[in-house]
Amino acid sequence: MTMAEGDLAVTEIAFVSGTTIAPRPPPAAMTGAFGWLRENLLSTPFNIALTAMIALLIAWAVPELVKFLLVVAVWSGSDRDACLESVQHREIGACWPFVWERLPYFIYGSYPIPQRWRVDVFFAMLAIGIVWLLWLNAPRRDLGTIYFFVVLPVTSFILLTGWGAIGLQPVDTVLWGGVLVTIVVASVGIVFSLPLGILLALGRRSRMPAVRTLSVIFIEFVRGVPLVTVLFMASVMLPLFVPERLSPDKLVRALVGIAIFASAYMAEVVRAGLQAIPKGQYEGAMAVGLRYWQMMRLIILPQALKVTIPNIVNTYIGLFKDTTLVFIVGIFDLLHTIEVARIDPKWATPVTSTTGYAVAAIFYLVFCYGMSRYARAMEARLARVDRR
Amino acid sequence: MNVAERSLLKPAKLNTAVAVELVALNKWYGDFHVLRDINLKVMGGERIVICGPSGSGKSTMIRCINRLEEHQAGRIVVDGVEVTADLKKIDEIRREVGMVFQHFNLFPHLTVLDNCTLAPIWVRKMPKKEAEDIALHYLERVKIPEQAGKYPGQLSGGQQQRVAIARALCMNPKIMLFDEPTSALDPEMVKEVLDTMVALAHDGMTMLVVTHEMGFARQVANRIVFMDEGQIVEANVPEEFFAHPQHERTKLFLSQILH
Repeated sequence: MTMAEGDLAVTEIAFVSGTTIAPRPPPAAMTGAFGWLRENLLSTPFNIALTAMIALLIAWAVPELVKFLLVVAVWSGSDRDACLESVQHREIGACWPFVWERLPYFIYGSYPIPQRWRVDVFFAMLAIGIVWLLWLNAPRRDLGTIYFFVVLPVTSFILLTGWGAIGLQPVDTVLWGGVLVTIVVASVGIVFSLPLGILLALGRRSRMPAVRTLSVIFIEFVRGVPLVTVLFMASVMLPLFVPERLSPDKLVRALVGIAIFASAYMAEVVRAGLQAIPKGQYEGAMAVGLRYWQMMRLIILPQALKVTIPNIVNTYIGLFKDTTLVFIVGIFDLLHTIEVARIDPKWATPVTSTTGYAVAAIFYLVFCYGMSRYARAMEARLARVDRR
Repeated sequence: MNVAERSLLKPAKLNTAVAVELVALNKWYGDFHVLRDINLKVMGGERIVICGPSGSGKSTMIRCINRLEEHQAGRIVVDGVEVTADLKKIDEIRREVGMVFQHFNLFPHLTVLDNCTLAPIWVRKMPKKEAEDIALHYLERVKIPEQAGKYPGQLSGGQQQRVAIARALCMNPKIMLFDEPTSALDPEMVKEVLDTMVALAHDGMTMLVVTHEMGFARQVANRIVFMDEGQIVEANVPEEFFAHPQHERTKLFLSQILH
């Protein structure tokens, strides 16, 4: 056969590679800052429009915020006159001397001033516990776990409520307030909701009808009721049934209410994780002879909790902000102390409330964003460890 | 296949103890009768290959032996212990029966070594050091000791299945169940897993193997059991099974899989 031009197709059927193609760097438009911009911000007309809108939004909001919080803010003064436009004859921003003066109240509430070192010790111990537990390369993490879940709760309880026998003056929880209460309520909710939620989730998937039914009723009932109602029930209804002497402390009742509420949500989060685990993992674990609790603890839960980390943290973030609802039953969490302080006549100005709320916003933002970042880092780490 | 090699393997050191006995075994999924009057007696050291079309109940049958599936009628006796709802007995049986799955079912969050030592440590209450020594011994036997520190996801399918075999062996089982161990593997990895199983057969392990690898069946099986529609249709020694299948269904099946 002759190799006419029209026979090209015939020659293309059989092919043998004569050379090995060496890798080459990508075209310049794909790399560098320009490449990144093009890829991420300006790839399509819709993307360009979005980028422009967000740029405008930032240009509008950020300078205003900076101006209010820093540029025209008042930095010193002893009462409302310092933050009044009519007195100062200038534009007034955030009223920081108000925050500075009321800061101890925001942190400790009405905790007796000579006893406040105890709260400081509690904060320090908690911080150590959190770092020990969350820092994955920390030494002796087994001790850290015991410290966090056994030593810390017991000593904190003694430290904060007081114990006459060792010379710690008792402090009624009615006096607690501010960041102290927010942290206590959030910690109790966070620490108790996960184990309770796991038990409820396992219960809901149990083969035993009684266990399953009870778990379903509990979860659906608690989830079907607003947190405010749970708190009201705990603080108003409970004393109706229980003699006053036996009725637990108001803060304790709120803590129990929050823990129960959060655990019902956590149960559903964990259940989703359990359902994501392939049946083969259960069978593999059973076939090597593991019993139910061993299988759950060693094989199923480590994997299930890992895939649910984003949802667990999401629940925690929601819980952290939900703690502000305890103000409804007369408990002085951070937001409540700010509410009280902002209407104090000594500091009442048009900017006082805004300043107070800005403080609350920054506080909650820092904590929630911290949780979110930690979870992301943890996910990335686990994804690296376990490439399936 | 090598005839000399086969004759080396065949005179099995059968002992007289019954390893597994299924008597009039019946099982239903709802209305569907999956296992129908199954009778099978497996002696210690015997290698049984179970084959048959999909849906014939072969996997279900061997999964009943270690109670991954419940049976509704009949008796299953494993190494002298009857399989019932009694959790103690189920634990006892699972300690003695190793299982290898089609999809390996390794624990992805644990290293290869931890996969192997987990059950000896938690079920046999073995000290960690001893469990690791045993695990390394078996990883050596399946020819992947160098992978001990890796995670299952970093291994090829064939390597994962060999780890799964090592994991089961670490419990020092008397009986090994294989549920289509090579069906999920890429073709070039089937041989390494089959070689491992042949070596295991050579050591006198009691094996029940669900597989379509007829070469393997010829080489190591003492008996081949053919199942269809939930019952045992035919069982015979491999030579007879392949040369003179009796039942029409067996003939059809063999004609379809042996080209």
